[in-house]
Amino acid sequence: MNSRSNKLLANLDWVAILLYVLLVLIGWINIYAAVYDENHSSILDISQKYGKQLIWIGAAFVLAFLVLLTDSKFYSSFSLVIYGFMVALLIAVLLFGKEVKGSRSWFGFGDFGFQPAEFAKFATCLALAYIMSRHNFKVMRFSSLLTIGIIILVPAGLIILQNDTGSALVYSSLIFVLFREGLYGSILLLCFVVAVIFIISLLYTPFTVLMIIIGGTLIAFYYYRHDLKELFYLMVFIAGGFGVFALVKWAFHLSISEYYMLLIVYIITSIAVLYPIYKRKMKHMITLLFVSWLCVGASPSVDYAFNHLQPHQQDRINELLGIKVDPRGVGYNVIQSKITIGSGGFAGKGFLEGTLTKFNFVPEQSTDFIFCTVGEEWGFLGSSAVILLFMAFILRIINMAERQRSAFSRIYGYGVASILFFHLAVNIGMTIGFAPVIGIPLPFFSYGGSSLWSFTILIFIFLRLDANRLQVFR
Amino acid sequence: MNKFGYRKEIISGIIITVCAIYILRLFYYQVIDDTYKIMGDNNSQRTETLYPARGLIYDRNGKLLVDNQAAYDLLIIPDQVKKFDTLELISILDISKEYLEKGIQKCRSYARYKPSILISQITGDKYAILQEKLYRYPGFYTQTRTLRKYNVNHSADVFGYISEVSQEQITKNPYYAPGDYVGMSGLERTYEEHLRGTKGKQIVLVDNKNRKQGSFADGEYDEEAIVGENLHTTLDIDLQEYAYQLMRNKKGGIVAIEPSTGEILVKMSSPGYDPQLMVGLERGKNYSKLLNDPLNPLFDRTTMAQYPPGSIFKTVQALIGLQTKAITPHTQATCNGGAYIVGGRFMKCHHHSSPVDLVASIENSCNPYYVNVFKRVLELPEYGSVRNAYNEWRNYVTSFGFGSKICPDFSNEVSGEIYTQEKYDKVFKTQKWYASYIISLSIGQGELLITPIQMANLAAVLANRGYYITPHIVRPLNDSLAGRIEKHQIPIDRKYYEPIVEGMQMVIKGGTGRRAQVDSITMAGKTGTVQNPHGDDHSVFIAFAPVENPKIALIVYVENGVWGSRYAAPIAGLMIEKYLKGKISDKKKPLEKEMFEANLIKSENLKNNEKGDE
Repeated sequence: MNSRSNKLLANLDWVAILLYVLLVLIGWINIYAAVYDENHSSILDISQKYGKQLIWIGAAFVLAFLVLLTDSKFYSSFSLVIYGFMVALLIAVLLFGKEVKGSRSWFGFGDFGFQPAEFAKFATCLALAYIMSRHNFKVMRFSSLLTIGIIILVPAGLIILQNDTGSALVYSSLIFVLFREGLYGSILLLCFVVAVIFIISLLYTPFTVLMIIIGGTLIAFYYYRHDLKELFYLMVFIAGGFGVFALVKWAFHLSISEYYMLLIVYIITSIAVLYPIYKRKMKHMITLLFVSWLCVGASPSVDYAFNHLQPHQQDRINELLGIKVDPRGVGYNVIQSKITIGSGGFAGKGFLEGTLTKFNFVPEQSTDFIFCTVGEEWGFLGSSAVILLFMAFILRIINMAERQRSAFSRIYGYGVASILFFHLAVNIGMTIGFAPVIGIPLPFFSYGGSSLWSFTILIFIFLRLDANRLQVFR
Repeated sequence: MNKFGYRKEIISGIIITVCAIYILRLFYYQVIDDTYKIMGDNNSQRTETLYPARGLIYDRNGKLLVDNQAAYDLLIIPDQVKKFDTLELISILDISKEYLEKGIQKCRSYARYKPSILISQITGDKYAILQEKLYRYPGFYTQTRTLRKYNVNHSADVFGYISEVSQEQITKNPYYAPGDYVGMSGLERTYEEHLRGTKGKQIVLVDNKNRKQGSFADGEYDEEAIVGENLHTTLDIDLQEYAYQLMRNKKGGIVAIEPSTGEILVKMSSPGYDPQLMVGLERGKNYSKLLNDPLNPLFDRTTMAQYPPGSIFKTVQALIGLQTKAITPHTQATCNGGAYIVGGRFMKCHHHSSPVDLVASIENSCNPYYVNVFKRVLELPEYGSVRNAYNEWRNYVTSFGFGSKICPDFSNEVSGEIYTQEKYDKVFKTQKWYASYIISLSIGQGELLITPIQMANLAAVLANRGYYITPHIVRPLNDSLAGRIEKHQIPIDRKYYEPIVEGMQMVIKGGTGRRAQVDSITMAGKTGTVQNPHGDDHSVFIAFAPVENPKIALIVYVENGVWGSRYAAPIAGLMIEKYLKGKISDKKKPLEKEMFEANLIKSENLKNNEKGDE
């Protein structure tokens, strides 16, 4: 027994644990700064958020310890059971949860709240790792993709039903796991292209979007063919076609919009190039044309889809894209957040000296906008240090994942890294105006027990698996 | 390992790229780009509320009655307040140390990091000193407010007053914030949403010495305050003022209406108070003084007082009698020696010749005549029972506007009451009742509660011979408000008004209203005496003139004025003369003097009241 626990201690990745403890403690200090109030200046005052957070942190350490004590085989053997239990909780919260700020995602126990969506993350990672580590499992198979899709979309869908789209979007980060395990690179690229199309469709008129799509297609065409002459012909064909069309329109007083004119020209061009493509069997070109038309088709539907989102979600996406600025609403938060971070300067104003932080200019500063406190009080040095710490932690986890002998541990490790990365990118992104304000916490920094505990469990399960990396199982 | 191992590098690359972009962006915001830094160095922005000027109130001739004046509030953001020179501040503001400390404590408990008003309504001179020294008081700043300034020292019951919103109002209407002013009574209350305008806001940048450095983002997020709408009242302020002079040292009220339009020319309640008393730092003290005044100046006697109307109600009885064919203009009744017995009760009458016809009954205000009229109406065979007949009668009565609120401009108006048949059933504990049970109603006594403004409206109906326009005191600001002003037709044929009006003219020419006479103005009037169980009876007089083309219809009601003829009629006559001729003839000067000097208020209350008329 003694030797076993010694072995466990020796095999634990202490670098990762150190990074974890550092992030948690820096996070706590910033919560103290964010809600600091001269009247309650004791850092241990449990009537205040920082006092409560200290309790959550203590509990998180206990949880971490318990997770490490559990046999690592438990996690792989019971992964589907854990997953099933969490899905059941997600359903239960829909039925019995209490509503907070429009989301029905909390179980309330007196003053304490418990958010199942947070804990569904590690359960989903476990289930994914279990399924994907089965013998002979290949990602690029229809049945595999279907299974993976169900595992990811069931919790995500239930969380959307709770009206907590932000937490549901976290699951999209698992595409990195799939990519690592063999998902076609083009699919990752396609996701990127779709995201770009989504954004430009909201920003620009359909005509401009179509021009951008055609332009992008031509650039990709040149990338594959390296033939300037062909590119030139195509451009002349499209521009000439559009010019002729414009003349016809002018001569016959047709009432047709520029968008449809360009669309018709592009249809004709596409049909015209089909024959040479077919004849020379240019596989890439078919894919390119397909993706291009997918984009053309997708852009008008973005508008439709967007009009069916919840108003506050529309506002937040609009805000990100600078379409609608409402200083009293969401936009005001981001402006305040930017000012607060910007005012920190190179070295920051110093601990507890953040005036904007103190006067609560940024709403939800102890939760979603905690990074503002870092930016104001610790300046560029502190905020970039925090980003670098997170980056080091995530890269460490990826490195650890790669050193696993078992696919289960590796896949789970990538899941941990992906989820951490998504939270980091979106949370900090929204405070500096790079991402929509979707209200997901910054791991270890944002006030709240559920978030801290769920990340602790998520990470320490991986640390436990990692400690056993030398024993191959399954 | 496996064949996709190389993808670790791609994923790591994406993560590093995103982090690098974020760090570069932070470098730009925090180190290169100065705009955010300057905003932050300047400490913070502060959102200041911009208070719009409240709408002004004019009289019918465009005279400005209610104006605005500038005043200043001192606000604090409790968490920004550092140690300061308490002694200096209390000496500038002339307040006690305890008051200041209590105020700061109150603000702190409301919100630590939001501005709250510490001292409100600071005058211009104190503000000038304060403004210079304010930089020494971090966390303190001032804002400009507009307060009311009145160009007249009366008519507070018309204008009403404004005061700080209550917590209850804030909860009910999110437009309001603590420290806002809201109309509490009179027109200020009825037209609150029009008068108040719309608050704006301004985000200003302040430095660490709490001095304004400019606007945030070039005022992009500021909102202009929108000035309130002005009210054009239908009041004739000269006549209103004259009414106050005539009613000095008397309790009561006068309401005058232009019959053809329903516009209220005069609405006065006596004793009133100077509306300026409700403005400024002393307002709390003044208010409690008014509240405890035994003469009750806060009570609006034109809209809130309700009485049995007395003899003026005989005009209504006569009209209903004629319309229901219970009587004709030639119906006569005997009145023997001024006494008449009905239902076992004894009813006094005045000395006059007997028998009387309809015109003479109005002229002489003959009680037995109206007992007879009412009895005949109630016992008309086509109604089957007295109870049914009463209901028909009541429908006629309510068509005059009695028993309901008639003026939409005053929220304090009471409706008065005309008993329903069901209510009488309860009183009599049976559905079978006789005319004698309710015979007091015949002469305007008994279970009738009517407000002076409703009585003025009766004068307008008689002047118009059969209809009234909704009485109003504010020219409508928009179509929907204009829609509230309607023509109300009384279901009594026009021809039946003539004998009544004739009788009312006789009242002026030779009857109880002689003292109202004005040379060369034809006038119709009716006196009334309202029985007052607590003291001398109240004196009431309704009148309109000129008879052929009435320009003014009014009621004068004087508490403890004994008979209508003693004070109410002469005051009405003077009012009419003043309005139609612009001045009082020499012949009537002695009467005017008599009215000015008449004092119906006990001497110990005199001091309170004299102030109002200077």
